[in-house]
Amino acid sequence: MNHRYRTPLSVARGLGSSKDGLGHWWKQRMTAIALLPLVVWFVVSMIALAGQDRVHVLNWLHAPLHAVVFSLFLVMSLYHADLGLRKIYEDYVQARWLQLSSRIATDFAAVLLGFAGVFALLRQAFGG
Amino acid sequence: MPMTMNERPLSPHLQIYKVELPMMLSGLHRITGIALSVGSLLLVAWIESAVYSAEAFAVLSRFLGSFIGQLILFGWTFSLIYHSVSGVRHLIWDTGRLLEVAQINSSSKIVVAVAIVLTVLAWILGGGFPGGVL
Repeated sequence: MNHRYRTPLSVARGLGSSKDGLGHWWKQRMTAIALLPLVVWFVVSMIALAGQDRVHVLNWLHAPLHAVVFSLFLVMSLYHADLGLRKIYEDYVQARWLQLSSRIATDFAAVLLGFAGVFALLRQAFGG
Repeated sequence: MPMTMNERPLSPHLQIYKVELPMMLSGLHRITGIALSVGSLLLVAWIESAVYSAEAFAVLSRFLGSFIGQLILFGWTFSLIYHSVSGVRHLIWDTGRLLEVAQINSSSKIVVAVAIVLTVLAWILGGGFPGGVL
C-alpha cells in the first residue's frame, strides 16, 4: 500500500549488503593513504630494532617522535583493519546475527588493542 | 519457491572463471589483510611485553626467534609489504587509471615482483636469511 507513494529509489535504498557505502569507502581510502608513509616508517624502524634487546627497544620507544608515530601507525592500522574486516563479514558471512556479532566483536577488539597499545607507548614515552 | 526466483540470472560462481593472476592477487589482498589484522595482536603483545615485563619480552623474543616464529614474522613482513604495494595499485584504480585488461595484467606482475623484492630486502637488512633459522 505504502509502496505507491514511495519513489523506486527510496524502496531500493539500503537493500545492499552493507546498508551504506560511501562513508566506509572513503574512510578505507583515507586510512590507506595515511598508512603508506607510516608503513614505510614502521618497516624501517623494525629493521633497525631487529635483534636488539629490551633495553634498546625501551630507549627507542622513549623518544617522543617514535612514541607519537608508532601510536599513529597502530591506531590507523587498527581502524583500517576494522573497516576491512567489516567488508569481509558483509561479503562472506550470510547469517545477519553472525555478521553483526563479528563486527561488534571486531570493533571492541580494535578499540581495546588501540587503547592498550597507545597507553603502553605513552607510559614508556613519559616514564621509562 | 516462486517462479520469479528461478528465472533470475545468476552471477557466475568463482569456480567458473579461469584462474588468472589478477584474480589471485585480489584474493591475496584480502588474505594478507586478514593476516595483518590477526598480526596486530602480536604487535600489541610485543609493545605490552616490552613496556611491562622483561620475562614476557624474553618469552616472546625466544618464540619469534624459533623456526615457527621466524616463519610467522616472514609471513607478516610479506603481508605488510604486499598489502601496501597492492593497496597503492588499488588507490591508482580509484582514480580511474590503469583499468584496461592489459594494464591490469602487467601491473599485477609488477606488484608481485616489487612485493617479493622489498620483502627479501627488508628481511636481509633486518639480519635474516644467511645463517639464521630463516
